[in-house]
Amino acid sequence: MDLDQKLAILADAAKYDASCASSGAQRRDSRGGKGVGSAGGAGICHSYAPDGRCISLLKILLTNRCLYDCHYCINRRSSNVHRAAFTPEEAIALTLDFYKRNYIEGLFLSSGIVRSADHTMEQVVQVARTLREVHDFRGYIHLKTIPEASPELIEQAARYADRISINLELPSQQSLDRLAPEKNLGRTKQAMGRIRVKLDDAADRRKTGDRKLRHATGQSTQVIVGADASTDADFLARADELYRDYKLRRVYYSAFSPIPEPSAVLPLAAPPLVREHRLYQADWLMRNYGFRTSEILPPEAPNLDLRIDPKLAWALRNRQDFPVDLERAPRERLLRVPGLGVKNVDRLIAIRRHTRIRLQDLARLRISLPKVRPFIITADHHPAREGLDSERLLARLAPKPLQLDLFLDALR
Amino acid sequence: MRCVDPGDDFDSWRQAARGLLAEGVPPGEVIWEPRDGGGLFECHEAPREARPVPVVPPVFLELARNVACHADPRRWGLLYRLLWRVAVLGNRGLLEIASDPDVMKARTMEKNVRREIHKMHAFVRFRKTGETEEGRERFVAWFEPEHHIVGVASPFFRKRFANMDWSIFTPKGCAHWIGGEFRLGPGVAADPCGDADALEEIWRTYYRSIFNPARLKLKAMQSEMPKRYWKNLPEAGLIEELSRGSTTRVEGMLAEPAREVRPLPKNAYLESLRKLPESGG
Repeated sequence: MDLDQKLAILADAAKYDASCASSGAQRRDSRGGKGVGSAGGAGICHSYAPDGRCISLLKILLTNRCLYDCHYCINRRSSNVHRAAFTPEEAIALTLDFYKRNYIEGLFLSSGIVRSADHTMEQVVQVARTLREVHDFRGYIHLKTIPEASPELIEQAARYADRISINLELPSQQSLDRLAPEKNLGRTKQAMGRIRVKLDDAADRRKTGDRKLRHATGQSTQVIVGADASTDADFLARADELYRDYKLRRVYYSAFSPIPEPSAVLPLAAPPLVREHRLYQADWLMRNYGFRTSEILPPEAPNLDLRIDPKLAWALRNRQDFPVDLERAPRERLLRVPGLGVKNVDRLIAIRRHTRIRLQDLARLRISLPKVRPFIITADHHPAREGLDSERLLARLAPKPLQLDLFLDALR
Repeated sequence: MRCVDPGDDFDSWRQAARGLLAEGVPPGEVIWEPRDGGGLFECHEAPREARPVPVVPPVFLELARNVACHADPRRWGLLYRLLWRVAVLGNRGLLEIASDPDVMKARTMEKNVRREIHKMHAFVRFRKTGETEEGRERFVAWFEPEHHIVGVASPFFRKRFANMDWSIFTPKGCAHWIGGEFRLGPGVAADPCGDADALEEIWRTYYRSIFNPARLKLKAMQSEMPKRYWKNLPEAGLIEELSRGSTTRVEGMLAEPAREVRPLPKNAYLESLRKLPESGG
């Protein structure tokens, strides 16, 4: 099998991992070295596939042979797909060749589990080590680690990578037992906890002078949405725990997507992609807007409203908190207004120091007036006149049913 | 009426603007346009007496440097109007009023310029042309930026590819890094780079394989990778074929019979996993 054929199989096998982040690494570049590479900026998307996803990293599996039998995974041992394996040298050469042509920011390496978790992890680490030590590669490396691998190997991975991750896949052990019988939530969390300690250590050492210390700066994970009956509340509660207790950089939500060779245990159709989108929005509200999970999802409604975004949904449930006076309200209240993002909130705070705020100003900042008007007071606007309750507001702000169908993007 | 042509260069605009400011010429009396334009207005006026030039806040200079890279010829007039309002009319906090029409226009231009710099960092595709005797690899690329950004976008490539030789050719200037020396040159009209690189075919294989046909979202793709970049991206030729085939591929997957769950194989490692102690969770 030639390199091109291997790449076709091993990139195809890797595409269900959503992460392509290449930001947040320690700042460095190739000057004064002998290889290529730089990192530490905002991260660059070098291309976009027709699925709208960014292509930033060479995302491949070292091999798609696997001992595990996770039903949602195209590479599970009982699947009948073509199998292939890169040698570490091939993966290294491909990374460098792509990087020098400015196709990618670096490598995202993962692997099916062959022989044992430790054996697999050793191979993955070898690729990263050779890139760093032999080729002086200073681009971005993301390594997927296996919770069952020994802590020493995971530690080594963290030394050569910028980001390491372990996929949680499903939010509860019950779900894992059914769909990923070899995986164990406790073991995964234990490994994440150990990684957190190492990341904290490294950050401390960098702060206290060891500026050149090579070490990953963050960990992330991925969950699959819609492969079983787990609710949005299950996902968000788990994500919240991971952000707080394990300091994860990101939780990626990947809508279960139909695969060739489907297992009989799987649902018959894909969930609407809009569910994945709403989860990302809710996750964003938790991380950047100070929302608690209980505010986003009240106990009586454990799933996000697919018609409207979670911030608008929260505002409609909490009409008593509005209208908010844009000329006087503190920053954290402005952040709660549907239709106002962090950037525009900060602009408004700067503007109101110099001049009054009118609807025209909002329009110039490209803020959607129909969306914000019911929730705000400006120098020339008070929504009392519109006198709308939550019901009528929802009817006005939610997309029309026909548009909804188009937007849902569902496959069936 | 004064007519001034600073070309595409920030420093010559800055010099001209300082002169006009010193003479107290208001924005309404300056036409910023290319010399060969054959303007409607009589462009001669005796210089007035010079006054000291007020100090300009650094935020203005930073904004002006970015806006200066924009291809719109109206940028010079806009910048002078902003400068006048900040320096002469004494509106020191003007740039903080993001909803002011002049500030908004300037910020939009700045944003377009920054975005184009980012897109140049993303979409330049190098082709390998050979190696020097010392084994230093040589690469070339052709890129067509909308704004005058080659100079400001180059430091990124110098840092990232310090140990290769490379040239980036564009109609709006060329950047060369050869043997550790950097040089900017005038633009060239057409792509001088010659044959494709053999790696491009492998890159296309990657692009084809990483695409998930179950999630076709062409609009999202195009908003980030607008069509005007496609002709210089080796992978863009695949977009149509991949999009067209996606529905059929997904229907095929959904129509496939579900595979039965097979019994566990005999495997020592899997046995050992089952024996691992449960660690609470």
